[in-house]
Amino acid sequence: MANAESHKSGGIGKDIGVYVCLLALAGLQFIIAYQNMDASRMLSRMLAVAFVEAVLAALFFMHLWAEKRGFLMFVAVFTIFVLLAMQYGWTDSFRMLVGAPFAH
Amino acid sequence: MSHADLTMEGHSAGLTAGTPFSMPTKKFAMWLFIIADTMTFAACLVAYGFLRNGTANWPRPFHSITNVAIMTFILLTSSLTMLLGVQAARAGDKAGAFRWTMITAAAGILFAFLHVREWLGLIDEGMTMFKNPWGTGLFGASFFSITGLHLTHVTCGIIALVAVGLRYKGGRYNADDIEVVGLYWHFVDLVWMFVVPLVYLLNLSH
Repeated sequence: MANAESHKSGGIGKDIGVYVCLLALAGLQFIIAYQNMDASRMLSRMLAVAFVEAVLAALFFMHLWAEKRGFLMFVAVFTIFVLLAMQYGWTDSFRMLVGAPFAH
Repeated sequence: MSHADLTMEGHSAGLTAGTPFSMPTKKFAMWLFIIADTMTFAACLVAYGFLRNGTANWPRPFHSITNVAIMTFILLTSSLTMLLGVQAARAGDKAGAFRWTMITAAAGILFAFLHVREWLGLIDEGMTMFKNPWGTGLFGASFFSITGLHLTHVTCGIIALVAVGLRYKGGRYNADDIEVVGLYWHFVDLVWMFVVPLVYLLNLSH
Protein backbone atom coordinates (compact mmCIF):
# COMPACT_ATOMS: atom_id res chain seq x y z
CA MET A 1 0.00 0.00 0.00
CA ALA A 2 1.42 3.33 -0.99
CA ASN A 3 0.28 4.98 2.19
CA ALA A 4 1.73 2.33 4.45
CA GLU A 5 4.97 2.29 2.55
CA SER A 6 5.29 6.01 2.97
CA HIS A 7 5.16 5.77 6.74
CA LYS A 8 8.02 7.49 8.42
CA SER A 9 8.19 4.64 10.91
CA GLY A 10 11.86 4.99 11.76
CA GLY A 11 12.26 1.24 12.09
CA ILE A 12 12.02 -1.15 14.97
CA GLY A 13 14.50 0.84 17.09
CA LYS A 14 12.09 3.75 17.46
CA ASP A 15 9.17 1.39 18.13
CA ILE A 16 11.08 -0.29 20.95
CA GLY A 17 12.06 3.12 22.32
CA VAL A 18 8.39 4.20 22.40
CA TYR A 19 7.45 0.85 23.97
CA VAL A 20 10.03 1.35 26.76
CA CYS A 21 8.73 4.91 27.32
CA LEU A 22 5.17 3.58 27.59
CA LEU A 23 6.26 0.90 30.07
CA ALA A 24 8.07 3.53 32.14
CA LEU A 25 5.04 5.84 32.10
CA ALA A 26 2.74 2.97 33.08
CA GLY A 27 5.13 2.19 35.93
CA LEU A 28 5.03 5.86 36.95
CA GLN A 29 1.25 5.63 37.27
CA PHE A 30 1.65 2.72 39.69
CA ILE A 31 4.24 4.67 41.69
CA ILE A 32 1.88 7.66 41.91
CA ALA A 33 -0.84 5.31 43.18
CA TYR A 34 1.28 4.48 46.22
CA GLN A 35 2.08 8.11 47.08
CA ASN A 36 0.37 9.62 50.08
CA MET A 37 -1.73 12.38 48.50
CA ASP A 38 -5.38 13.32 48.16
CA ALA A 39 -7.50 11.76 45.42
CA SER A 40 -7.87 14.87 43.25
CA ARG A 41 -4.11 15.49 43.05
CA MET A 42 -3.50 11.80 42.42
CA LEU A 43 -6.13 11.77 39.68
CA SER A 44 -4.74 14.82 37.91
CA ARG A 45 -1.20 13.39 37.92
CA MET A 46 -2.33 9.97 36.71
CA LEU A 47 -4.45 11.46 33.93
CA ALA A 48 -1.56 13.68 32.83
CA VAL A 49 0.65 10.58 32.54
CA ALA A 50 -2.14 8.67 30.75
CA PHE A 51 -2.55 11.56 28.31
CA VAL A 52 1.16 11.50 27.46
CA GLU A 53 0.95 7.70 27.01
CA ALA A 54 -2.06 8.09 24.71
CA VAL A 55 -0.34 10.74 22.60
CA LEU A 56 2.78 8.57 22.24
CA ALA A 57 0.71 5.51 21.30
CA ALA A 58 -1.43 7.44 18.79
CA LEU A 59 1.48 9.26 17.15
CA PHE A 60 3.97 6.42 16.89
CA PHE A 61 2.20 3.06 17.36
CA MET A 62 -0.82 4.10 15.31
CA HIS A 63 1.42 6.13 12.97
CA LEU A 64 -0.73 9.24 13.22
CA TRP A 65 2.48 11.27 13.02
CA ALA A 66 3.12 9.90 9.53
CA GLU A 67 -0.33 10.77 8.21
CA LYS A 68 -1.19 14.04 6.51
CA ARG A 69 -1.19 17.03 8.87
CA GLY A 70 -4.81 17.73 7.93
CA PHE A 71 -5.87 14.31 9.18
CA LEU A 72 -3.84 14.71 12.38
CA MET A 73 -5.57 18.03 13.03
CA PHE A 74 -8.99 16.52 12.23
CA VAL A 75 -8.49 13.73 14.77
CA ALA A 76 -6.91 15.95 17.43
CA VAL A 77 -9.34 18.89 17.24
CA PHE A 78 -12.47 16.74 17.03
CA THR A 79 -11.41 14.40 19.85
CA ILE A 80 -10.16 17.10 22.23
CA PHE A 81 -13.26 19.25 21.68
CA VAL A 82 -15.66 16.42 22.52
CA LEU A 83 -13.58 15.25 25.49
CA LEU A 84 -13.55 18.78 26.90
CA ALA A 85 -17.28 19.13 26.31
CA MET A 86 -17.83 15.99 28.40
CA GLN A 87 -16.43 17.80 31.45
CA TYR A 88 -19.55 19.96 31.51
CA GLY A 89 -21.30 17.93 34.20
CA TRP A 90 -18.68 18.00 36.95
CA THR A 91 -20.31 20.79 38.89
CA ASP A 92 -23.41 18.61 39.22
CA SER A 93 -21.24 15.80 40.55
CA PHE A 94 -20.01 18.10 43.33
CA ARG A 95 -23.60 19.18 43.96
CA MET A 96 -24.53 15.53 44.51
CA LEU A 97 -21.76 15.21 47.09
CA VAL A 98 -22.16 18.41 49.08
CA GLY A 99 -25.18 20.35 47.91
CA ALA A 100 -28.06 17.98 47.32
CA PRO A 101 -30.63 17.32 50.03
CA PHE A 102 -29.63 14.24 52.08
CA ALA A 103 -26.20 14.26 50.46
CA HIS A 104 -24.56 13.32 53.74
CA MET B 1 -21.49 15.12 -26.13
CA SER B 2 -24.82 13.59 -25.12
CA HIS B 3 -26.51 13.95 -21.76
CA ALA B 4 -25.72 10.27 -21.06
CA ASP B 5 -22.03 10.89 -21.68
CA LEU B 6 -22.05 13.84 -19.33
CA THR B 7 -23.75 11.77 -16.65
CA MET B 8 -21.30 8.90 -17.05
CA GLU B 9 -18.39 11.29 -16.96
CA GLY B 10 -19.61 12.85 -13.73
CA HIS B 11 -20.30 9.43 -12.24
CA SER B 12 -16.89 8.02 -13.06
CA ALA B 13 -15.22 11.15 -11.72
CA GLY B 14 -17.00 10.50 -8.44
CA LEU B 15 -15.86 6.89 -8.38
CA THR B 16 -12.23 7.65 -9.05
CA ALA B 17 -11.94 10.66 -6.78
CA GLY B 18 -9.14 10.32 -4.21
CA THR B 19 -9.95 8.97 -0.76
CA PRO B 20 -10.13 11.47 2.11
CA PHE B 21 -6.67 12.44 3.36
CA SER B 22 -5.17 10.15 0.68
CA MET B 23 -5.47 7.08 2.87
CA PRO B 24 -6.97 3.71 2.01
CA THR B 25 -10.72 3.50 2.59
CA LYS B 26 -10.47 0.66 5.11
CA LYS B 27 -7.94 2.55 7.16
CA PHE B 28 -10.00 5.73 7.07
CA ALA B 29 -13.08 3.77 8.15
CA MET B 30 -11.11 2.27 11.05
CA TRP B 31 -10.00 5.75 12.15
CA LEU B 32 -13.60 6.97 12.09
CA PHE B 33 -14.60 3.94 14.18
CA ILE B 34 -11.76 4.65 16.62
CA ILE B 35 -12.84 8.28 17.02
CA ALA B 36 -16.44 7.20 17.64
CA ASP B 37 -15.33 4.50 20.08
CA THR B 38 -13.15 7.03 21.90
CA MET B 39 -16.32 8.95 22.63
CA THR B 40 -18.04 5.82 23.96
CA PHE B 41 -15.21 5.04 26.35
CA ALA B 42 -14.76 8.68 27.32
CA ALA B 43 -18.46 8.95 28.15
CA CYS B 44 -18.25 5.81 30.30
CA LEU B 45 -15.12 7.00 32.11
CA VAL B 46 -16.49 10.51 32.68
CA ALA B 47 -19.72 9.00 34.02
CA TYR B 48 -17.63 6.78 36.29
CA GLY B 49 -15.72 9.81 37.55
CA PHE B 50 -19.02 11.65 38.09
CA LEU B 51 -20.40 8.80 40.20
CA ARG B 52 -17.18 8.27 42.11
CA ASN B 53 -16.86 11.94 42.93
CA GLY B 54 -20.50 12.24 43.94
CA THR B 55 -20.64 9.12 46.13
CA ALA B 56 -19.28 9.31 49.66
CA ASN B 57 -18.77 5.60 50.40
CA TRP B 58 -17.06 4.55 47.18
CA PRO B 59 -15.55 1.06 47.65
CA ARG B 60 -11.79 0.44 47.53
CA PRO B 61 -11.62 -3.30 47.00
CA PHE B 62 -8.19 -3.67 45.40
CA HIS B 63 -5.59 -4.68 47.97
CA SER B 64 -3.02 -5.68 45.35
CA ILE B 65 -2.26 -4.30 41.92
CA THR B 66 0.00 -7.15 40.84
CA ASN B 67 -2.67 -8.60 38.56
CA VAL B 68 -3.48 -5.32 36.84
CA ALA B 69 0.25 -4.54 36.50
CA ILE B 70 0.79 -7.86 34.72
CA MET B 71 -2.26 -7.23 32.52
CA THR B 72 -0.90 -3.78 31.60
CA PHE B 73 2.51 -5.23 30.75
CA ILE B 74 0.92 -7.92 28.55
CA LEU B 75 -1.26 -5.43 26.67
CA LEU B 76 1.62 -2.98 26.09
CA THR B 77 3.86 -5.80 24.90
CA SER B 78 1.12 -7.04 22.58
CA SER B 79 1.13 -3.60 20.93
CA LEU B 80 4.84 -4.03 20.22
CA THR B 81 4.30 -7.50 18.73
CA MET B 82 1.50 -6.03 16.61
CA LEU B 83 3.92 -3.39 15.30
CA LEU B 84 6.38 -6.13 14.43
CA GLY B 85 3.60 -7.91 12.55
CA VAL B 86 2.72 -4.78 10.59
CA GLN B 87 6.37 -4.13 9.73
CA ALA B 88 6.83 -7.75 8.61
CA ALA B 89 3.70 -7.47 6.43
CA ARG B 90 4.99 -4.26 4.85
CA ALA B 91 8.33 -5.92 4.18
CA GLY B 92 6.53 -8.80 2.46
CA ASP B 93 7.53 -11.31 5.16
CA LYS B 94 4.30 -13.28 5.15
CA ALA B 95 5.35 -15.93 7.67
CA GLY B 96 6.73 -13.31 10.05
CA ALA B 97 3.61 -11.14 9.82
CA PHE B 98 1.38 -14.15 10.50
CA ARG B 99 3.55 -15.28 13.43
CA TRP B 100 3.58 -11.85 15.12
CA THR B 101 -0.14 -11.41 14.56
CA MET B 102 -0.84 -14.76 16.23
CA ILE B 103 1.54 -13.90 19.12
CA THR B 104 -0.47 -10.68 19.57
CA ALA B 105 -3.70 -12.68 19.63
CA ALA B 106 -2.17 -15.07 22.20
CA ALA B 107 -1.22 -12.10 24.40
CA GLY B 108 -4.81 -10.89 24.08
CA ILE B 109 -6.11 -14.29 25.20
CA LEU B 110 -3.78 -14.21 28.23
CA PHE B 111 -5.00 -10.70 29.08
CA ALA B 112 -8.63 -11.81 28.81
CA PHE B 113 -7.93 -14.87 30.99
CA LEU B 114 -6.38 -12.70 33.74
CA HIS B 115 -9.28 -10.28 33.49
CA VAL B 116 -11.91 -13.01 33.84
CA ARG B 117 -9.97 -14.52 36.77
CA GLU B 118 -10.02 -11.13 38.49
CA TRP B 119 -13.76 -10.80 37.89
CA LEU B 120 -14.38 -14.25 39.36
CA GLY B 121 -12.31 -13.31 42.43
CA LEU B 122 -14.43 -10.19 43.00
CA ILE B 123 -17.65 -12.13 42.45
CA ASP B 124 -16.44 -14.69 45.01
CA GLU B 125 -16.01 -11.86 47.50
CA GLY B 126 -19.69 -10.99 47.02
CA MET B 127 -19.56 -8.31 44.35
CA THR B 128 -22.38 -8.19 41.80
CA MET B 129 -23.69 -5.53 39.44
CA PHE B 130 -25.90 -4.15 42.22
CA LYS B 131 -24.18 -4.78 45.55
CA ASN B 132 -20.84 -5.41 47.18
CA PRO B 133 -19.60 -5.80 50.76
CA TRP B 134 -17.54 -2.58 50.73
CA GLY B 135 -19.89 0.31 49.94
CA THR B 136 -22.22 1.69 47.32
CA GLY B 137 -23.68 -0.80 44.84
CA LEU B 138 -22.95 1.63 42.01
CA PHE B 139 -19.35 0.45 42.08
CA GLY B 140 -20.17 -3.04 40.74
CA ALA B 141 -22.32 -1.64 37.93
CA SER B 142 -19.70 0.86 36.81
CA PHE B 143 -16.74 -1.50 37.28
CA PHE B 144 -18.29 -4.36 35.32
CA SER B 145 -19.60 -1.97 32.65
CA ILE B 146 -16.27 -0.29 31.93
CA THR B 147 -14.01 -3.32 32.25
CA GLY B 148 -16.64 -5.43 30.46
CA LEU B 149 -16.75 -2.97 27.57
CA HIS B 150 -12.97 -3.10 27.35
CA LEU B 151 -12.93 -6.89 27.60
CA THR B 152 -15.50 -7.05 24.79
CA HIS B 153 -13.15 -4.97 22.66
CA VAL B 154 -10.24 -7.25 23.52
CA THR B 155 -12.30 -10.33 22.61
CA CYS B 156 -13.38 -8.79 19.29
CA GLY B 157 -9.74 -7.85 18.67
CA ILE B 158 -8.55 -11.41 19.26
CA ILE B 159 -11.16 -12.74 16.82
CA ALA B 160 -10.23 -10.07 14.26
CA LEU B 161 -6.49 -10.76 14.63
CA VAL B 162 -6.96 -14.50 14.08
CA ALA B 163 -9.38 -14.03 11.17
CA VAL B 164 -7.27 -11.39 9.41
CA GLY B 165 -4.04 -13.30 10.12
CA LEU B 166 -5.41 -16.51 8.61
CA ARG B 167 -6.78 -14.72 5.56
CA TYR B 168 -3.50 -12.86 5.12
CA LYS B 169 -1.64 -16.14 5.28
CA GLY B 170 -4.07 -17.61 2.74
CA GLY B 171 -3.45 -14.71 0.35
CA ARG B 172 -6.94 -13.22 0.55
CA TYR B 173 -5.85 -10.20 2.61
CA ASN B 174 -2.79 -7.99 2.24
CA ALA B 175 -0.57 -5.78 4.41
CA ASP B 176 -3.31 -3.09 4.49
CA ASP B 177 -5.58 -5.39 6.44
CA ILE B 178 -2.88 -6.29 8.96
CA GLU B 179 -2.27 -2.57 9.49
CA VAL B 180 -5.99 -1.83 9.93
CA VAL B 181 -6.48 -4.57 12.54
CA GLY B 182 -3.27 -3.32 14.17
CA LEU B 183 -4.80 0.16 14.51
CA TYR B 184 -7.74 -1.36 16.36
CA TRP B 185 -5.45 -3.32 18.68
CA HIS B 186 -3.38 -0.24 19.56
CA PHE B 187 -6.61 1.60 20.34
CA VAL B 188 -7.64 -1.15 22.79
CA ASP B 189 -4.23 -0.71 24.45
CA LEU B 190 -4.64 3.08 24.52
CA VAL B 191 -8.02 2.85 26.28
CA TRP B 192 -6.53 0.57 28.96
CA MET B 193 -4.07 3.37 29.84
CA PHE B 194 -7.04 5.39 31.11
CA VAL B 195 -9.02 2.51 32.63
CA VAL B 196 -6.13 1.46 34.90
CA PRO B 197 -5.64 4.74 36.79
CA LEU B 198 -9.33 5.62 37.02
CA VAL B 199 -10.84 2.26 37.89
CA TYR B 200 -7.98 0.44 39.63
CA LEU B 201 -5.20 2.68 40.93
CA LEU B 202 -7.47 5.36 42.33
CA ASN B 203 -9.37 2.71 44.30
CA LEU B 204 -6.38 1.17 46.02
CA SER B 205 -6.84 0.51 49.71
CA HIS B 206 -4.29 2.54 51.62
